[in-house]
Order: sequence, then C-alpha cells, then structure tokens
Amino acid sequence: MPVSAKPGGPPRGRPPGAAPGGAARVYLAVAAGSFRRYSTYRAATLAGAFTNTVFGFILAYSFLALWQARPGLGGYDTAQAVTYIWVSQALLVTVAVWGGGFQDDVQERFRTGDIAIDLYRPVDFQGWWLAGDLGRAGFHLVARGAAPMIAGALVFDLRVPHDPLVWAEFLLSVLLAVLVSFGLRYLVVLTGFWLHDSDGVRSVMLVVSMFFSGMLLPIGLFPGLLGEIAPLLPWASLVQVPTDVFLGRSTGAGLLGALGFQAAWAVVLLALGRVVQLLATRRVVVQGG
Amino acid sequence: MADTMAGSGVGTRADTLLERTRWSVRAWWLMAGMWTRAVMSYRASFVLMLGANIMITSLDFLVVVLMFQHTDRLGGWTLPELGFLYGTSGFALGMANLFVGSTDALGARIRAGTLDTMLIRPAPALAQLCAERFSLRRLGRPLQAAAVLAWSLTALDVAWTWDRVLLVPVLLLCGTVIFSALFIGFATLQFWWGEAKEIQNSFTYGGATLLHYPPTIFAKELVAGVVFGIPLAFVNWLPALRILDRPDPLGLPTAFQYASPLAAVLCAYLAGLLWRAGLRAYRGAGS
Repeated sequence: MPVSAKPGGPPRGRPPGAAPGGAARVYLAVAAGSFRRYSTYRAATLAGAFTNTVFGFILAYSFLALWQARPGLGGYDTAQAVTYIWVSQALLVTVAVWGGGFQDDVQERFRTGDIAIDLYRPVDFQGWWLAGDLGRAGFHLVARGAAPMIAGALVFDLRVPHDPLVWAEFLLSVLLAVLVSFGLRYLVVLTGFWLHDSDGVRSVMLVVSMFFSGMLLPIGLFPGLLGEIAPLLPWASLVQVPTDVFLGRSTGAGLLGALGFQAAWAVVLLALGRVVQLLATRRVVVQGG
Repeated sequence: MADTMAGSGVGTRADTLLERTRWSVRAWWLMAGMWTRAVMSYRASFVLMLGANIMITSLDFLVVVLMFQHTDRLGGWTLPELGFLYGTSGFALGMANLFVGSTDALGARIRAGTLDTMLIRPAPALAQLCAERFSLRRLGRPLQAAAVLAWSLTALDVAWTWDRVLLVPVLLLCGTVIFSALFIGFATLQFWWGEAKEIQNSFTYGGATLLHYPPTIFAKELVAGVVFGIPLAFVNWLPALRILDRPDPLGLPTAFQYASPLAAVLCAYLAGLLWRAGLRAYRGAGS
C-alpha cells in the first residue's frame, strides 16, 4: 500500500445530479479516478511486482518438488500446478487477499472522524467505495499480475489459455472475486463502528483468507473435513475459483456453477454489508456541529 | 544486532567503534523499553495481537505439513528436516524483525520529514529507527519458529558430534545478524528510492520463505545466487547440510558449512557502509 496515499472520501459539494444515468457516471468516474490514483505510485508498484515475482519463483519450485513426488496431485498436472502459483500471485493484490485497498482509507477516516461526514453525503457509501475498489483492482491486475506472469512464463512451462473465451471467463471470474473480497472487507471495516480499532478482526480475517482462498495451497489438497468445507466458504471465490477457470478446469455446467457460486456469495455479502451499514449508521454520534 | 550494525563502518579506532556500539545498544534498549511500556498499557489488545501474529506465521508451516500429507519426501528431505530449516530460518528472521524490522518505515519517515527529528536527537539515528514502534508482538514469529525447531530436533535422527551441537546456536545467531543486515541494507535503498519498501520484503520475508525449503528443489543458479550474491544460504542451508549430513547440491568445500560467522560479519559491515552512504545522500525533507 502506498503509505502517502491520501484517503479520498466521497466528493464534497453538490449532489451528482438527478439526470438518468448520472449515478452510473459518478461511479465510473470514481473507478477511473481510483485506477489513476494507484497508477501514480509507479516505483511502489514496480517494487511490489518484483516481490510477487520473487515469491512466485520460490513457491513454483516448492510446487514442482511436490508434483515431482506426486504427479497429477489434486487433478493438476505439473504445468498446471506451477501455473496455479503464478495466477495466484497475480490475484494476491488484485483481490486483496491480505485486506487493504479501500479498507485502509476507511480505517483512516474512522481515525480522523471524517467517516461521519461521509455518511451524510449524497452518494451511496457502499457504492462509492466499491467503485473505487474496482478501479484499484483493475490497476493491480495489470500492474502486479502481468509482469510477474511474464517473468514466470520465461522460466517455467506455464499453461496459459489460448482460447480468448477462456480469458473472458477468467476476467469475469476475477471481477466476481473482487466483489466477494470487497463484501468481506466491507464487513470488517464496518466493525469499526463498534470496535475502537478493527486491527484484531483484520488479523483474523487475514489468516482465514490466506488459508481458505487457496492462496497457499489449492483447497482440493486439504485433508478430510477441511477439504469438504473449504470449497463452500466465500474465500474460495477469491483465488481458487478464478485460477481454476484460468486453467480451463471449469467448463460447461461446471463453469456456470463456479461463477454462480461466486455471484451468490457476492450478492449475500453485499446485502449483508447493506444491513450492517444501516445498523451502524444509527450508532453514529456526531459531536459538535 | 542493531548495535553491531550501527557501529560497523564507523570510526577508525577500535575503542571508538566499541564505544559507539555500546551507545547504540543503550539507546536502542531505552527506546524499546519505552515502546514496550506504551504497548503494555493495552494488555488485552497486546495478547490478541501476539496470538494473531503466531497464527499468521504458523500458516507457512501448516502448508508444509499439508504438503507432507501427500508425500513423505520433498526434494529428498523429510518433514523433520524441513522443520529444522523452517525453525532456523523463521527464528533468525523473527529475531531480526524484532530488533531492526522497524527500518522498513524509513521511506515513510523521509516523506513525512520525521527522519530529520531523529537526526537532531542526541542518539544514533539508526538505533532510533530500529527501536521506533518496537513491539514485543513481533515475538510471535521467533516463538512459533522455536517451537517448530524444538519439535524437529526431537524428531530428527542426527549423530550429534560436538561441531554439530555447536553449529545450532551459531547458525541462529549468525542468521539473525544476516537477516538484520538485509533489513537495514535494503531499507537504505529508500534513501534513493522512497517507495522501495517492497524490495526489502522480497529479500527478508522472501528469503526466509526460500530457506524453509531444501536447496535441492531449486535451480542450481538460484542456490549459487544465495551463496555468492545475497548470502542467505549461510543463514541455514549450508550449516544444515553439515548438521543433517546431507550432500551439497553445489559441491562446495566443507569450509562453507562453517563460514556463517564470516558471512554475518561481512553482511553487517556492508549494511553499515550502505547506511552511512544513505545518510550522506540524504538531503532532508525541508520541513
């Protein structure tokens, strides 16, 4: 995360106008602004892509060793297993497996008290931050996904889809992954209305999210009951599902099921976020005037 | 470790170096104590964060354990042997992070102009930087790594000769110094390139992840790179080859397996030089 980034809250001033399509224009502008904002941290982005590449190399070798010992493990051939690592590195920051993105901004606004003002602005609170997060994710997919992937492809035998349709399916799956990730992070952020700081909740979320997203190991390799529960949890939408789509493991009805699973969690989490937001705003006490 | 670092490359006479080192250690100690008292005023929060810290760092080893659900060898090494590598590298990284990990905030400090405040205080700037926001919560990683190491030592089948016994504490100490030097050395990049924080992570956290796995699974060029380039191999790979009686994939002379202290001193010296070069290049924030 760029440390010097100034948290940008919803806009000050007049409502965006009641013209039809006005709201959509606002959200589009917010997403584009967020994309541009992240793209200004060129040095940090480059350094971050370098880190993704370094970890990609180390983990790819560890996977190679495992698949050498157990070829075809989990239904992945060796090339797919190595590709799994590079795709998951590309998604790590894009879907914010560690948390972050708008979460840091909102937390900062809790600290400064600006949050109270945000809630009375003419733009929807959840929609505003979601639009911004989509812009951020778009930038990170390109900047911190493509470069490590190319470095990985130069050294390892990767399984990159040739069919443009698979790429489209993958991008759709990533979009849904970002929505689910946003839904989860939004709920964590809202705990800030009750807790003095949500760092504790955030740390727990980090552990759960790293593990159950399939970021560390494909969740098909989890043993026993763990392996049965993990694919049903929302975190599976973050890394496991889009990576399997990329590898062409989900096709036909399986693909619809995978995307439907992500979409269902996105809807549930976003709706839950709405409800909690309603409860939270009732708690806000603005001091002074 | 902050101490040796702050002192190295400073002064031409031995007594000056010794005095400066002692002064740096004392400054670090006082400031770390101050931060500890501050943190301890929220005891419950501290315990929670320490617990979360241990859980987060345990994930890495959990992955290794899960891998061994599907195989009993990885690159020809057993789970207790990987436990030994994991424990030693995790402990060294964790201790270095505890002592000097705060240096990663250098870039933010330069941007905010707070480095200037440190420079005019009557204590070594590097010691201040290392102790800033010192938190015992960072004990999570070395504690968890030590537990894995202790388990691996009971599960390993090692012929414990005196040199092998001695190598264990030596590699833990030298590993801590090497990682500390990497933390500081790569932090100094931020003097020239303010947002290079992630580069430091690549070599510290990335380096530790590399060392969790046996050298046999990596390409020879990569292994050679961490022997002769960034000397991570001296943290645990090379001494572990001696302790676990494993062949060296590079076929290096046996002397390398005992050379960690030399590598540690060299790293500390270089980090000291880089820090001084960085300070000389620093122009201040102008605020």
